[in-house]
This record gives sequence, structure tokens and C-alpha cells, in this order.
Amino acid sequence: MSHTFAMKNPFVVDELRVADGPSVPITKILIADDNNTDRLLLKAILCQQGHEVFVAKDGHEAIEVFREMQPDLVLLDVLMPNVDGFEAAEKIRQLAGEAFIPIIFLTSLQSTDALVRCLDAGGDDFLPKPYNSVVLKAKLDAFIRMGEMHRTMQRQRDLIAIHNERLLREQEIAKRVFDKVAHSGCLNADNIRYLLSPIAIFNGDVALAGVSPAGNLMVLLGDFTGHGLDAAIGAMPLAQTFYSMLEKGFSLQDILREINEKLYDVLPVDVFCCAIVADIDFSNGVMQIWNGGLPDGVLYRSFDGKSIPLTSQHIPFGIRNTAHFDDSVATFEVQPDDRLFLWSDGIQEATNNQSEMFGEERLLKIFEKNTDPEQLFDEVNEAVAEFISDEAVSDDVSIVEVKIVAPIDFHADRPDFIGSNPAGPRDWSLKYELRPQTLSNFDPLPMLLYVLRQVPYLRNFGGQIFTVLTELYTNALEHGVLQLNSSLKNSTAGFDHYYQLREQRLLHLQDGTIGIQLDYKGTGNGGRLKVTIEDSGEGFDYKNLENGLSGDVPYAGRGINLMRSICHSIEYLGSGNVVCASFVWGDS
Amino acid sequence: MSISSSLSTDGQELQINIEGRFDFNVHSSFRRAYEEPGNEVGSYIVDMTAASYLDSSALGMLLLLRDYAGGDSASITIVHCNDDIKKIFAISNFEQLFDIK
Repeated sequence: MSHTFAMKNPFVVDELRVADGPSVPITKILIADDNNTDRLLLKAILCQQGHEVFVAKDGHEAIEVFREMQPDLVLLDVLMPNVDGFEAAEKIRQLAGEAFIPIIFLTSLQSTDALVRCLDAGGDDFLPKPYNSVVLKAKLDAFIRMGEMHRTMQRQRDLIAIHNERLLREQEIAKRVFDKVAHSGCLNADNIRYLLSPIAIFNGDVALAGVSPAGNLMVLLGDFTGHGLDAAIGAMPLAQTFYSMLEKGFSLQDILREINEKLYDVLPVDVFCCAIVADIDFSNGVMQIWNGGLPDGVLYRSFDGKSIPLTSQHIPFGIRNTAHFDDSVATFEVQPDDRLFLWSDGIQEATNNQSEMFGEERLLKIFEKNTDPEQLFDEVNEAVAEFISDEAVSDDVSIVEVKIVAPIDFHADRPDFIGSNPAGPRDWSLKYELRPQTLSNFDPLPMLLYVLRQVPYLRNFGGQIFTVLTELYTNALEHGVLQLNSSLKNSTAGFDHYYQLREQRLLHLQDGTIGIQLDYKGTGNGGRLKVTIEDSGEGFDYKNLENGLSGDVPYAGRGINLMRSICHSIEYLGSGNVVCASFVWGDS
Repeated sequence: MSISSSLSTDGQELQINIEGRFDFNVHSSFRRAYEEPGNEVGSYIVDMTAASYLDSSALGMLLLLRDYAGGDSASITIVHCNDDIKKIFAISNFEQLFDIK
């Protein structure tokens, strides 16, 4: 309702039409004169000109008639019995308040002193007796036009005030919703710091952070075109897509594609969202970055103090349809105490009072000079704040820092698992075989997670089980089907090579399968879940593993220790191409 | 800041010149510049010689032009960009959408 009202603005348009239009509305005029002849003569002239005329015989009566009839214009004789013209003028001014009521004195006095006194008493003009009807008409018409203009301005001013108040109220409500949606998730985790400073009530910047069921931290910093409500409107579908897909266990690529499609569908052509998205796997020390249209982020490496730029390689979200969307990511090796910095263009474009921009160079200098990485976040913010002059914040200044920590030190709320049936399915198994065309571009894990979620127990422990499932599936795919050797990842160059190979081999995959079997049996007070994953690869010599000789080449990257800490048992079978993990709880 | 435009004699090519800051304040004049000659125009040249700066709403305006000129089949060349403007196009990877020279 209110939106229709605000957008149509019907009143303002009508007002303008009245002011500019040809038809002169009827004007109500009060004449106060104790001289009967003069009064009647004036009344006759004015009636003839089409005005509505009221008359009074003295100042006292003039005030009474004014109060009752609210005329638009007042003609006062200066010399009248009881209350004279000057006094009546003063009183009428009071009654009129802020309304514009021209008061014109009727006088046969000629002296300058007398005329000055008329004006001092609040008169707008004077009309000499005897009346000249041409002069009279010209003066009245001029005042009537002024009165109309004045009223139009006042009504518009009042309307603007009402609209403005309404807009602020609406924005306040929208802002409360926006804040819940746009700056939510686990942004308050111990290892994340962020700052979003708005230049209006709304800014176009959005920061989101959440944990996937497998325990990865996903962070998104987005900057919508423009400022204010138009910029904030896309934040809703963005945040919703991000969180709901993250919670369901979808991969970074799936989430990127879906966000792009959503924004492409809902946003107008000229509104889009520059964004940088990071997917951090603390357990394996792998970070994936997708940057579409934001300035270089920085990965600050703790071991050598180097800053690795995270450069934009894509068109922002919401510009191209799915067929043209590029979801390829850059992969980086990360270690505890490394730091990830994401910012919108507000920092580089922050402008001082000499119209200079802060720029990338100044930003990188801060990193070069820094001696204590813990201070980097504050140093950047202080430098920008010092640089800009107060009145010239030219964009939204937003910055997010994520410190890489060991998995055990990462504390953030994981999404709750919500199942609909309290008892859940009791006794079932599922077998799922993925063939090459599926393996190359489909992630089966969200679907499996969905099945697992139906079991009530997994509402609490689903995250851990999902971590194991992800780990086992990744091993089957990368080491089994794609024949990638995890020892490659021991050097930084090899690390990049590993992920390039992975992409290439997936793209050209002709042979290979992965079979996944989930077997669940629940009792009233416990349950058992068996996950068996079999790949078509050559397997590996797992006998050494059983003898405790782990740490050597083939299974170094398999995250086995992590999984052992979670599962009841983990067992390799066949040539090492089959792995079986069991989870047991309660009295089973 | 102002926008001017000129149509080639055969009416096939429209050149739009940007002067000063290319931002939201020129939104309607930029739009007028490409809408007035109508749909007969085959290709567009946006000349940035005199442009000092562009912001994200200018990128949005260019997307509107691209949409008007036929989306993926649009022929739009952006010429004479200064280094700052080139950088903005590079970050947003707009060279995938426009011919930037």
C-alpha cells in the first residue's frame, strides 16, 4: 500500500498542474472600510472581476470575519473606528500563522511616513484612494499568483516531509531485516574480523560466512552496484542462496552458479554484484577462491610474510546467464596463522580532501611495513580512516579478515540438522553408483546428506559423518579414479599442479566408477551406520597402514587420522580400492 | 561532465563521447544518447578520451547499452580508456562483454 502511494506521488503532480494551469481559482477577499461608499465601490469592482468578497465596517469586525471566512487576501482601510487598520493587520497576521495572506492597506494618505507605517505594520502593499481599477486588478492578480505559489510550495514541503519520514521508517525496518540477512552466519567466529561502514543507512556491501556440513568455512564479501535500497535489495536472494546451499552441503562451484543464476534472474540489467568467495578447508589446508569484480584480495602467508594477490578473474554475479558463467576457482595451500583479507573497492577508492584516492599501493605498503600480522587489520583501517577527509567517504569501506587455524581451533556454530520425522527411517540401505559422465560434473554429497538427515541421530553428529563421507569420496575420486598422487601436494608448485591435473582429468574422464553404499540399522536407543565406498582405481598398499607405518607416500593425503578419530572403525578392503567406515552409537 | 554523440553519415555507427566523471549523474543523458537514434544503429563506439573516472553505476549503464544493442550480439567498442578506467574494466572482466581498446 504505502509503496504505491510513495511511488505515484499523485499530490505533487496535481499541485504543479494547479500552479501552472490556466484556470485562476476563485479568490476570497476581505474588505474592511468604515466608509460605506468606498467599501461598496471596491466590492463591486472585485465581484465583477470574479472574486468572492466579504466586508467589514471596522477593524474589530475585520478580525472576526477573517477568523470565520479565512479569506486569501485582505484589504484594510488605515483609519477605522474601534480597531484601526494597523492593529487589525497585526492581529490578522497572528491568526494567519504561516499561511501566506497578503494584506493591502487602502489609504488616501500620501506622505511617505504614513506609507512606511503601513509596511511596518505588516502590510504587503498599499492602494491609494480613489481606486484605479486597472492598478487594482494588476496588484491583486500579482498577489493571488504569489499566494498560489506559496501554498503550492508549502504543500510540497509538507508532502516531502511526510514522504521522507515514511521513507526513513521503511528503511529502518528494511535495515533491521537486511542486517539479519546480510551480516549473519558465523561472522562472529573467533578467527574472523570484519568491518562494514555504511555511507547511507544501507550500503551495498554484504558479508556472509558459514560452515559447511564437512566443516569448511565459506566466506563471501559482495558489493552491489550503487548505494542505498537499490543496492541492498539483491542481498536477500544472495544470502538466502548462500546459506541454504551451504547448509545442504553443496560445493563452492554449485553455490557460485546458483547465486549467479538467482541474481541474473531477479536483478535489473544495470545492477550486479561484485564478489569474492573463499572456501577454506582447515583439515586439508586448502583454500579455493572465486573473485568476480572485486579488487585483489590478499592471502598473507605466515611463514615468509609474503602477500599473495587474489585477483579477479570473472565477471561479477548477475550479469551473464548460467551458460556463460565461469565457476572456475583458484586453489591455494594454507597453513595455520595465514591470513585472508577481502575488501571492496571502498578502500582503494577512499578519497582524501585533495581528491586523491587511497589506492592499491598505499594498501600494499601497509603489508610490507607490518611487523606483527595480528595488527594488520587495524593498521589498514586506521590508515584509511586517517587518509580520508570526513565529508568525502566516496564508497562503502568494507574489510573482512579470516585467520587460518588448525581444525581443532576453529569454533563456529555448524548448521543444525532438521529432520521432519522424529523416529526416522529405521532399517535401510542405499547403493549409488556414479559413472564417468556423472563423476566429471556432479557432486553426489548433498543428496547423500539429505538422505542421512532423515535419521534423527544425525541431527547432532551429521557434520562429523559428513566430514568422513566427504573425505572418503574425495579420496576415491582423486586417488582412485583420477590417479592423482597426493605427494604432489608437498610443494607449492606441485600443489597448483595437483589441482590443475584434477580439473583436466575430470574434464576428459572416460572410464571409472565410484560406488557408494550406506547401510543403516537403528534400534530404539542407538544405531549403526556403515559407509562403503568402492572406486575403480588400483587401490594402494594398506597393509602398512594396519601395521602403524603410516606417514609414508601413498596415503599421506588421505586424512586417515582425522577419520579414525571420528569413526568407530575404518577398514580398507580389496586392493585398497574399497573402504568401509562404521559409526556406532547408543546400545547397538 | 557531459555526454555527446554523433551518428555516422550512413546511420550505421553511433559514437558516444564521455567527458569528465562517468557516474550516475549522467544516467539519463547517456541513455538518451543511444536511444534517440533508434534501433537502426549497427554498432556503437564509446569514446573515453575525455573521461576521468567511472564507477560501478557507469558499468551498469554500459550493460544497459549492451542490452539495448542486442545483448550477446551487440557490437560495442570502448576506446581511449585511461589507465584507471582500464583497470576498472580489467577487475570486472568487462573485456569479456565489450571490445575494449
